[in-house]
Amino acid sequence: MLVLECPYCGVMADESDLHGGGEAHLKRFGPGSSDDDFETYLFMRKNPKGVHFERWRHVSGCGKWFHAARNTMTLEVYGTYSAQTYEPPQDIIDAVKAKHPEWEGYK
Amino acid sequence: MSTRLANGGRLIDRSKVKNFTFNGKKMKGFEGDTLASALLGEGQTLVGRSFKYHRPRGIIASGAEEPNALVNMGEGGRFEPNQRVTTTELFDGLTAGSQNHWPSLEFDVGVVNNYVARWLPAGFYYKTFMFPRAGWKHVFEPIVRQSAGLGKAPDAETFDADRYEHYYHHTDILVIGGGVAGLAAALAAAKSGKKVMLIEQTNHWGGRAPVDGGTIDGKSPTEWVDAAVAELDAMDNVTLRTRTMGAGVYDHGYVTGYERVADHTPGDGRPRHRLWRIRAGKIVTATGAIERPLSFAGNDIPGVMLAGAVRDYIVNWGVSAGDRVVVVTNNDDAYRTALAVKAAGLDVPAIIDARPNGGGALADAAREAGIRVENGKAIGMVKGGKSVTGVTLCAQQGEGGTLEEIKCDAVAMSGGWSPVVHLWSHCGGKLNWDEANAMFRPDASRPPLGAKGEGFVIPAGSADGEFDLGAVLENAVKAGLAAAGEGKMAAPKGEAEAEAPMTPVWIMPQGAGPKKRMKMWLDYQNDVKVSDVQLAAREGYESVEHTKRYTTLGMATDQGKISNINGLAVLSDALGQPIPSTGTTTFRPPYTPISMGSIAGEARAEIFQPIRRTPMHEWHEEAGAYMEPVGHWRRPYCYPKQGESHEDAVYREVLNTRENLGLLDASTLGKLIVRGPDAGKFMDMMYTNMMSNLAVGKCRYGLMCSENGFLSDDGVVARIDEDTWLCHTTSGGADRIHGWMEEWLQTEWWDWKVYVANVTEQLAQVAVVGPNARKVLEKLNAGVEGGMDLSAEALPFMQWRDGKIGEFDARAYRISFSGELSYEIAVPASQGRAFWDALIEAGEEFGVMPYGTECLHIMRAEKGFIMIGDETDGTVIPQDLGLNWAISKKKEDFLGKRAQLRSHMTDPERWKLVGLETLDGSVLPDGAYAQGEGVNENGQKVVIGRVTSTYYSPTLKKGIAMGLIKHGPDRMGEVISFPTVDGTNTVIKARICDPVFYDKDGEKQNV
Repeated sequence: MLVLECPYCGVMADESDLHGGGEAHLKRFGPGSSDDDFETYLFMRKNPKGVHFERWRHVSGCGKWFHAARNTMTLEVYGTYSAQTYEPPQDIIDAVKAKHPEWEGYK
Repeated sequence: MSTRLANGGRLIDRSKVKNFTFNGKKMKGFEGDTLASALLGEGQTLVGRSFKYHRPRGIIASGAEEPNALVNMGEGGRFEPNQRVTTTELFDGLTAGSQNHWPSLEFDVGVVNNYVARWLPAGFYYKTFMFPRAGWKHVFEPIVRQSAGLGKAPDAETFDADRYEHYYHHTDILVIGGGVAGLAAALAAAKSGKKVMLIEQTNHWGGRAPVDGGTIDGKSPTEWVDAAVAELDAMDNVTLRTRTMGAGVYDHGYVTGYERVADHTPGDGRPRHRLWRIRAGKIVTATGAIERPLSFAGNDIPGVMLAGAVRDYIVNWGVSAGDRVVVVTNNDDAYRTALAVKAAGLDVPAIIDARPNGGGALADAAREAGIRVENGKAIGMVKGGKSVTGVTLCAQQGEGGTLEEIKCDAVAMSGGWSPVVHLWSHCGGKLNWDEANAMFRPDASRPPLGAKGEGFVIPAGSADGEFDLGAVLENAVKAGLAAAGEGKMAAPKGEAEAEAPMTPVWIMPQGAGPKKRMKMWLDYQNDVKVSDVQLAAREGYESVEHTKRYTTLGMATDQGKISNINGLAVLSDALGQPIPSTGTTTFRPPYTPISMGSIAGEARAEIFQPIRRTPMHEWHEEAGAYMEPVGHWRRPYCYPKQGESHEDAVYREVLNTRENLGLLDASTLGKLIVRGPDAGKFMDMMYTNMMSNLAVGKCRYGLMCSENGFLSDDGVVARIDEDTWLCHTTSGGADRIHGWMEEWLQTEWWDWKVYVANVTEQLAQVAVVGPNARKVLEKLNAGVEGGMDLSAEALPFMQWRDGKIGEFDARAYRISFSGELSYEIAVPASQGRAFWDALIEAGEEFGVMPYGTECLHIMRAEKGFIMIGDETDGTVIPQDLGLNWAISKKKEDFLGKRAQLRSHMTDPERWKLVGLETLDGSVLPDGAYAQGEGVNENGQKVVIGRVTSTYYSPTLKKGIAMGLIKHGPDRMGEVISFPTVDGTNTVIKARICDPVFYDKDGEKQNV
């Protein structure tokens, strides 16, 4: 059972207090978008064995959504950060690169 | 025969006799006994029958690894099958019965399987699937059913008499295992001042060391253990718990501990089991090692036991396995058993050592004690049926030609020791094969990783593959210090006899033929033999995971604790590859089975989950309402009168509401406030309709869709002021929709100035419904200053007003889910009960009756109103339901808009909502499918639609239904067929019609 630090309230939250929301940093496609773009937005999700960026909600706590960068294989957590951003902050990217120099980025 | 010795037994108190029964027979043991030691003490070597062949089986081990001795324990509300006698503490009045036999343990009919074993090979179940169907029905299914399951299921009508609880605990360091390694590791870790917890699965500390002997810091192991426990006990930062097993290690240092609080004191009021939910910074696994059997013919006959267990029974409980104990081994440790047997005054006819050069110092000691030692020899076969009568001696190298027959009544076997790596492995710790000791041991360089990428499990002592007492203690102190991350401590000095190297022996004798291999048991509990694993290999099972499932090796309740390594070795040999290439199967929690009760904890019966109550809840209960669960709420389904059926009550409520006056407790309806400068923009994204242009004081029915376009929720929205909207959601949907709104506001449109508050429980809401609705409210207003004007002119349909109704602070909505004149009135929750009481009292002259959810459903169906969850199922879009009028064409965007433009969503072949009326007036079965012409590509009859809601309408005196039908709205008046599935083979004919069955023009509600 994972422990993630909620970046809003600072609580080290058990997984049972959290609600997973899948892949982070999706770009929404609405009316006017192509079928391909919309399908990708709606259905196509990364499922990496390794570094992954995810959405979580501190549902049994402060109720805030946040992002977590973690490794799906080793369960290492590189950091958590605000959901109100379009891309991971530099310190998180640095933390991942420090552990995985070969890592090609989150996109 | 096993027996209680006149002396000895360091764990028992002979002054305290405990009475128990086994298969109804009265027996006696002592305080400190396990059920196993007590049974052996009473000479009960036969304790059960095996799973598949019903062979007689006895106790083989002395701890958690026991595969054979499972019993039905207790009676009535405390009955439980498959309890291991070796881990069951004896108490006065214990009742146990053997399992898996008929008619009796001594005489069992199922043993016939033993003689037809040739036809019940590995993969028997799978092979039966290859036969024709008739073979399954008449031959195999009855056989499989009869042999399926172990023990007896508890009576379904009986309620567990005990209670259980969960306990949360956070600690810096958790040490699992209270043997000398665990104690030493805990001492080393605790000196840092960090929080340490030490748990031990048995009721006593010290593990095997007091039985195995040697000295620690010049003291006997028992003296050292007592001192270590006292020292730990005195430290404020240490928590000690016996009877608590480390059940599982999970991600990020989460551990479940299984404490058997009151198994040995049933009915004393304490919880029976406690599940510890522990979060530990570091975990030290000092879980010891388990002895392996040797695979020789007849190694399952009662009286054949693990050598360490034979020694445990003598030293711990003063019980001998037999008077004449043959020891068979491939290592030095078993010599300790021979010496212990001898020291107890019993006979050891021979030590049969498979190693050509035999043992070391311990072997010399055995010879000095006058014991015959045979090197390079093996057991050819064990003689006996329900008990051992002797063994044949043969050369280990060879086919097993008998050199001599040795009379004995017990055999102590040792195939070497395997570290208990389960808890190390649960969360991904990797193993290395140790060739010298023929065992898998933890690879310290590949531990399970925690949140920071650091190893969080540290193995200690023999769980780390160390067996010499001195090495165990040094290793354990190192582990404890590593867990603390600081400090220095000299390891206690452990001294024991040096041991000569062991030699791996996987089959005994080496060249045993098929007949012998068919009697060499690997997995005792699932009856898997050497010949089965070899057959699986011949049939092409190369992966150990596949072989496990095919043969069922290691799949029993003991999870192959004593059998797995032997099984892997036999498989590796059959495949001609080294053991590490075969690998192990996955170790999964729990370490031994834990009770379902402990998993449930306190969550059962009335506190299974919280119940939400409306302010009027008690009134409903007092009125005798029949309640149904709606989310976490309990809502009245109907209010039956004395002698009235639920059905009749519902019909009465419908008719009364349509003719007079009905009251519905609508407090469960979700109420969300959406407020802010950007609230209108946000509302337009959330709902398919335009909500930003709703005028203050007005209401609008709205739909919400997922980004997939599917209808997710509906309800009436009211514009409260320039910046504020109030959204009604479905009952039980408030939390979900609140979360949905928050998700979009926090993660997509975080710069929009909007906030959402869930005020569902702040307000009590009552639907006042029926032709007399206005009259009763005006009566409340009569004589009160400033009462709200509730006339049709002042408060028209689909509007709302704030004000006083009687003495209550009310917000009145002119909305109707029934088609009648209807006011839904919200008052502060604190006024809810008084408001309800006032309506009931004032309504008496107007024929008031409360109504429940079923009446609500029927009235909405009569009006053709959809219900989320009936007409929708997560695959239905508003267009399917003819709700196009509620989908804005002006808005550029709303959630679901893009998806509703996808080709499948605009497909004219989609099933669409219509009304259905049966030709004979009967009620269509719920969920019935409409059958079309012809068959599909699979040869199945074509389905063209289904029933989504169906009721008997007391208003119209006939069955009414709604359904989703292909081309439905274009087929008005057509008659279609609904075959029944109740076995009568009848087909119900129904005509497609308008879904609005009652008052199509809305004249009744708009008055």
